[in-house]
Amino acid sequence: MTILRLDHVNKRFGGLVAVDRVSFAVEEGSVVGLIGPNGAGKTTVFNLITGNYKPDGGDIFFQERSIRSKPPHQIVALGVARTFQTIRLFQNMTALENVLAGCHCRMRSGLFSSLLHTPAQRREERQALRQSLDALSFVGLEESAAQLAKNLSYGNQRLLEIARALATQPRLLILDEPAGGMNEQETQELIQLIKRMREQGLTILLIEHDMKLVMKACDYLVVIEYGGKIAEGTPAEIQKNPKVIEAYLGADTDEDDY
Amino acid sequence: MKNRTWLAYVVFFAVLAAAPLLLGRYWVDVLNNVGLYLILALSLNVILGYAGMFHMGHAAFYAVGAYTTAIINTHYGVPVLWVLPVSGLAAALFALVVARPIIHLRGDYLLIVTIGMVEIVRIALINNVFGLTGGANGIFGISRPEIFGFRLTQPVHFFYLIWSFAALTVLLFSLLENSRFGRALKYLKEDEVAAEGSGIHTARYKLAAFVLGAGWAGMCGTIFAAQMTIISPESFNFLESVRLFMIVILGGAGNIPGVILGSFLVMGLPELFRDFADARLLIFGLALMVMMIVRPQGLLPPRPRKHNLDSIRELS
Ligand SMILES: Nc1ncnc2c1ncn2[C@@H]1O[C@H](COP(=O)(O)OP(=O)(O)O)[C@@H](O)[C@H]1O
Ligand SMILES: [Mg+2]
Repeated sequence: MTILRLDHVNKRFGGLVAVDRVSFAVEEGSVVGLIGPNGAGKTTVFNLITGNYKPDGGDIFFQERSIRSKPPHQIVALGVARTFQTIRLFQNMTALENVLAGCHCRMRSGLFSSLLHTPAQRREERQALRQSLDALSFVGLEESAAQLAKNLSYGNQRLLEIARALATQPRLLILDEPAGGMNEQETQELIQLIKRMREQGLTILLIEHDMKLVMKACDYLVVIEYGGKIAEGTPAEIQKNPKVIEAYLGADTDEDDY
Repeated sequence: MKNRTWLAYVVFFAVLAAAPLLLGRYWVDVLNNVGLYLILALSLNVILGYAGMFHMGHAAFYAVGAYTTAIINTHYGVPVLWVLPVSGLAAALFALVVARPIIHLRGDYLLIVTIGMVEIVRIALINNVFGLTGGANGIFGISRPEIFGFRLTQPVHFFYLIWSFAALTVLLFSLLENSRFGRALKYLKEDEVAAEGSGIHTARYKLAAFVLGAGWAGMCGTIFAAQMTIISPESFNFLESVRLFMIVILGGAGNIPGVILGSFLVMGLPELFRDFADARLLIFGLALMVMMIVRPQGLLPPRPRKHNLDSIRELS
């Protein structure tokens, strides 16, 4: 079953066409990689899915429902969680409080029960704390629960963002360069984490430059260049695709010119 | 919150409750003023401290509450304390209307707009809007409050009214801090994009912070009107807003003990130096500048909340 579908999605920034009529679908339970050279428009595609940007054209469907005009918090509530390419944690709060933010959308307490700490509020609060700690231990950060986010290593900050996203109880998890800044060992652990998340029934869409990770973790790849989709298929197909090879080699020669 | 903090509050309010026994009428009046501004500053702290919105027009909400009380009391003879919830609602409603179009503004832009708001309110009051506010002279003849038939007339009576309300405010807002609502405000202050991306309806919480803070300030307006029996626009000018802003920023934005300290420093300390009355604002201006350079987070900034991990682990 298709969980996410992009239908000719367009996004312009002034004169720049950042995303050019991109269409693709993500099957439930799969791990899909969105790849392409720097500046291809990958992050912009993510921001369109999560509601941070509004598409200029086309439509986006999550579980067959259009989400193109919904604000980010509503899309999270529907079951789409994300991490950011440039880490966005609540730096001066503990790891646990960071994850607690993700629980927010699954909680009910309003202003009055918050002011009065009603029994129902306390029960919910305890449950949220428990879930947050569980999410932390799922990503391997239980020991760091009481540490401030800013004091965590770069790799652990990435994991903390994943834990916060998991706390929203998503159906689809969107990871923007999750291995960025991670060393070899951390990357290996991330691959294992992705595996465990999919075993839990989660669908994952990720952007990644580390080709080893992409080839190992993804069952399907979508390649974009200059905002447009140039190929899609299994990792094996993509590796042999002449257009993709050219795009990547082309990007390399470009860099050599500089 | 930690038990130590609660204990500190109990000791603090107990000592305060005994203070009128030792102090003369003048100092009781000073403490009344400190207490009233503490409640106001705690209500501003919801907006400025937790949610991090630079709001410098809080006196406008205070004014709406005070004038609502004065008008309803003098026109319809409704006992002042009965008007308390109405004043709170009136100020909250006013905030709902004026804050909605401005909450998306950031930092200095919001600051300028809220300064404009408090000036507009003051000028509207001077111009006797709807023929109800009595112009520059204000409204007089507001009746004294009664509690179970006991009329509050002396400063010491108001002392217990004001400080009970202050203690209640400290209690409720401390609970608020450690709840879904309070955390949502702190998250959006730290990083609005991350908060929204974690599923928090940031626009709604910003508005809710304004409405709650305003409603609370409106209730302070009732107490002020009842204490003064006469109110005029000059009690709600820009300078009062600045004073409240200063209490929160100087004491420690987002931290209740900091706001308490700030209230005593900004409202109480000048009374110790009455001889330099003219230089007071100058000294405060300088003090604020020095503070912003050496300790921009305030004297008592909030500390990261620590949870008892073992007790969480025990939950199944
Ligand atoms: N908010 C924005 N305003 C203007 N231009 C943007 C914005 N976001 C991205 N872009 C531009 O869109 C293009 C695609 O960027 P991005 O999606 O971040 O690429 P990628 O993630 O594939 O490296 C780039 O040329 C970038 O400069
Ligand atoms: Mg990117």
